[in-house]
Amino acid sequence: MENGNHSEGSANRSISTRAVDATVAAVLIVFGAVIMYSSYQLGAGWGAEGPQSGYFPFYIGLMILISAAVTLYQSVLGKADRGKVFVEYEQLKPVFKMLAPTLVYVLGVQLLGIYVASTIFIAGFMRIMGKYSWLKSLLVGGGVSVFFFWMFERQFLVPLHKGPIEAWLGF
Amino acid sequence: MEEITSLLHGFQVALSWYNIGLMFLGIILGVIIGVLPGLGGANGVAILLPLTFAMPNTSAIIMLSCIYWGALFGGAITSVLFNIPGEPWSVATTFDGYPMAQRGQAGAALTAAFTSSFVGALVAVIMITFLAPLVAKFALRFGPPEFFSVYLLTFCSFVGMGKGSPFKILAAMMIGFALAAVGMDTVTGQLRMTFGFTELLRGFDFLVAVIGLFGIGEILLTMEEGLAFKGETGKINLRIVLQTWAQLPKFWITSLRSCLVGCWMGITPGGATPASFMSYGLAKKFSKDGDKFGTGQVEGVVAPETAAHAAGTSALLPMLALGIPGSPTAAVLLGGLLIWGLQPGPLLFVEQADFVWGLIASMYLGNIAGLIVVLTMVPLFAAILRIPFSIIAPVIIVICSIGAYTVHNAMFDVWLMVLFGVVGYVFKKLDYPLAPLVLALVLGDKAEDSFRQAMLVGQGDLTIFWSNGLVGSIVTLALVMLFWPVISKVLARLRSGRLNGVPEGRAASTEQ
Amino acid sequence: MTPKLLNRVTTVFGGAVVGAVALAAAAPAALAAWEPTKSVEFIIPAGTGGGADQMARFMQGVIVKNKLMKQPLVVINKAGGAGAEGFLDVKSSKGEPHKIIITLSNLFTTPLATGVPFNWKDLTPVAMLALDQFVLWVHNDTPYKGPTDYIAAAKAAGPGKFKMAGTGSKQEDQIITVGLEKATGTKFSYIPFKGGGDVAVQLVGKHVDSTVNNPIEAVAQWRAGNLRPLCVFDDQRMPYKAKVTATMSWNDIPTCKESGVNIDYVMLRGIFMPAGVTQEQVNYYVDLFKKVRETPDWKEFMEKGAFNQSFMTGPDYVKWVEKAENTHRDLMKEAGFLAK
Repeated sequence: MENGNHSEGSANRSISTRAVDATVAAVLIVFGAVIMYSSYQLGAGWGAEGPQSGYFPFYIGLMILISAAVTLYQSVLGKADRGKVFVEYEQLKPVFKMLAPTLVYVLGVQLLGIYVASTIFIAGFMRIMGKYSWLKSLLVGGGVSVFFFWMFERQFLVPLHKGPIEAWLGF
Repeated sequence: MEEITSLLHGFQVALSWYNIGLMFLGIILGVIIGVLPGLGGANGVAILLPLTFAMPNTSAIIMLSCIYWGALFGGAITSVLFNIPGEPWSVATTFDGYPMAQRGQAGAALTAAFTSSFVGALVAVIMITFLAPLVAKFALRFGPPEFFSVYLLTFCSFVGMGKGSPFKILAAMMIGFALAAVGMDTVTGQLRMTFGFTELLRGFDFLVAVIGLFGIGEILLTMEEGLAFKGETGKINLRIVLQTWAQLPKFWITSLRSCLVGCWMGITPGGATPASFMSYGLAKKFSKDGDKFGTGQVEGVVAPETAAHAAGTSALLPMLALGIPGSPTAAVLLGGLLIWGLQPGPLLFVEQADFVWGLIASMYLGNIAGLIVVLTMVPLFAAILRIPFSIIAPVIIVICSIGAYTVHNAMFDVWLMVLFGVVGYVFKKLDYPLAPLVLALVLGDKAEDSFRQAMLVGQGDLTIFWSNGLVGSIVTLALVMLFWPVISKVLARLRSGRLNGVPEGRAASTEQ
Repeated sequence: MTPKLLNRVTTVFGGAVVGAVALAAAAPAALAAWEPTKSVEFIIPAGTGGGADQMARFMQGVIVKNKLMKQPLVVINKAGGAGAEGFLDVKSSKGEPHKIIITLSNLFTTPLATGVPFNWKDLTPVAMLALDQFVLWVHNDTPYKGPTDYIAAAKAAGPGKFKMAGTGSKQEDQIITVGLEKATGTKFSYIPFKGGGDVAVQLVGKHVDSTVNNPIEAVAQWRAGNLRPLCVFDDQRMPYKAKVTATMSWNDIPTCKESGVNIDYVMLRGIFMPAGVTQEQVNYYVDLFKKVRETPDWKEFMEKGAFNQSFMTGPDYVKWVEKAENTHRDLMKEAGFLAK
């Protein structure tokens, strides 16, 4: 992605829509090509009794490839969207403030289990983003996790992803 | 009227304090299950099925079917409040329900959703009461070509939704189809596009994608505007309910059409999800406010909710009358019947009249109970929007993660959800429409399966799609829908008399 | 477990149904050497609503009703990749005694047809619960009285003209269809559907000519006079002599062998555990399922679905599974279904 500077004033540094559009289109072209290749290997013909396994996916891939290629062409050479801003860096900051903790949280779920990770995530988010006191944050975070534990593991008998701490406690 | 006598008898069976208690319990459990994305009516019923062993049959089915009604009602709640569809059939509800909530009309949107659900269910139950045998016969006429024609009709009535670049619409839809094709191919038993990864064996689940694209994607978009949800300032009290009710009668045509679509889709195992999409698409095409759909129209909430609930309800009819499940939940209930020692099928109405009519009576009562429960809770639900963002946002992400995980008990799906969230954020900003992607994902593999099954039946001959009146007229109708923008222009010109050169026959054929 | 759970739900959601709940008396402790210390996962390598799912949930119900287990039994569907997802999950849980899986023929067919790497040898066999039968069904409006005249009609119509519907592709239903073709020299168009219920309805709606549904999938339509059984694919008749329709019992259905069509095929409904568990732990489950089999509910369920009630454990069971695997490999090799 280019660090485009299309908008007025150097204070609002931003990413241009065209750059993102072209990037996404390029990714889709690869995506389409992979689908076509995989389907071709599987058999993409029209057999004696109708289409083979790869028939529809092959043409689906082809259509993704074509439409993405047109979009790529339009975004690189077309006149539309010129100077349009995809997102300003100032706006991107809060987006990452949400996305980064979410990614850490999901990693936490993978490693620690959903209950422990959720407690930490909710409490941490409240403390850091909402400036709540640690006590309040931990009470809400812990409360939510205990409630879900009670509902899923005990009432609905739906086991969720658990980690070492639950295993140590014998669940 | 034999049915009325039977029904009254059914009410006698169903109306005991014990059963009414179970009814409310079932509704409340169902609403909770419906609110949690990932846990659907089918899971809810399956999970609680063994608990019903100790109950009398009629009470057991009353409680389980009420869980189902509750889930149907509950799916709308998170769709409207947070743009997260709790159930597949409430995806279409987000299109107008969420914009309404953003404008501070969450209460009105929820009221409209619940009330339309109730109307849809009521019409479907009345149909079950009086037309059961007739309708059951109709369901039997659906073989593979007919199924395909129904899916085709759903797609065709829904296209032309987006206003952006046609190439982006095409790409979005094709991505949906591509994702739907991953995993086991039913027709040949081959694995497709799994590239040797065992995590891809199960394919991409619709719910995981939707939770990410809509739920997480929306939260990320919201973040650009700062740490807050819009719409928390809306008035929240029971008067909203009455005000909304006063508006609803204007939409009677949409309601009626949605009921018909819903009943039809419920009987032929199309199900509630296609019903809601098709009904939304049709409402947009034929409403005079069609252009405003997607910006928070009450009508855009009425259409999918009515159809979804009508379909969900009428899906129980083929189960009772034929022993075929019209929906995944019906499939689990069917298993339940066997466990209780009942044999679903054509003889059930004869051999277990008490049970059947008790159940039908409970459908009336259960939906009334459901409406009461959810309507009284409207202020409560809408008040959720007042919880500060820094508390509710992480809780929503936790709920989304649980939802994504419970679909297949797979950690991989939680990662996928986050990925879909980022994709949803980027796509939304680049004007790739999400609705066609989602529709293709949910119906793509079914449509492909039925197409190829039809090809096997017809030995590779495409004319099978016009081989009888039923399939032929649905396919033709689908094509009319596809070209409706063109056709309606031609019709308009014909009416104004400015263009006389268009062949009369073509215009006439589009009137059907 | 049931009443306890309901009780909790009741307290939480208001006392509306207090009267509804029977109070649980603590079940007397069964004296087994090993017992689960946490909830046990019961994996179903198939979707909700199918035959395996029904049986597993039925057993869960029986266990709950009769308080046969102290810890909860949690049923989980892992249907992806024709059940591969479920089997791979159990395979990777080596040494975990709190996990069991119910199998159908996909224990053999899925790895053979798709090449997904698992084998029953990656699991610990616990017990065979029953064997499921297959019956050749036609619509009741057709004139065929037995398999021979049906086959003759299929032959006369020409190859591919008669349509056989079944569940899934390269799985038991198609294996039987190919077997039937090989034994008689006919050729059907095989049309795969997702579930046994769909298959039966396609036949009732006359969209196909015949099916090889399991008894439980088609019995309702048989009783309603929509379908007719021609023969059962087993070497002896089903033992149930109680009348199912006005004139016929399961026992009245001839075997295909009797009519000169020499195929038999039964499907395993058995329980497996992950590898690396102790004999004690296996014994606990063997014991549990023995108790399940003794309940009247189970017996009724078996009769309704006309199951073959063979029960095996230990070396007998292993031997049976070994033999069944070889049979499947041969059948699928002949049919050309093996993964390349």
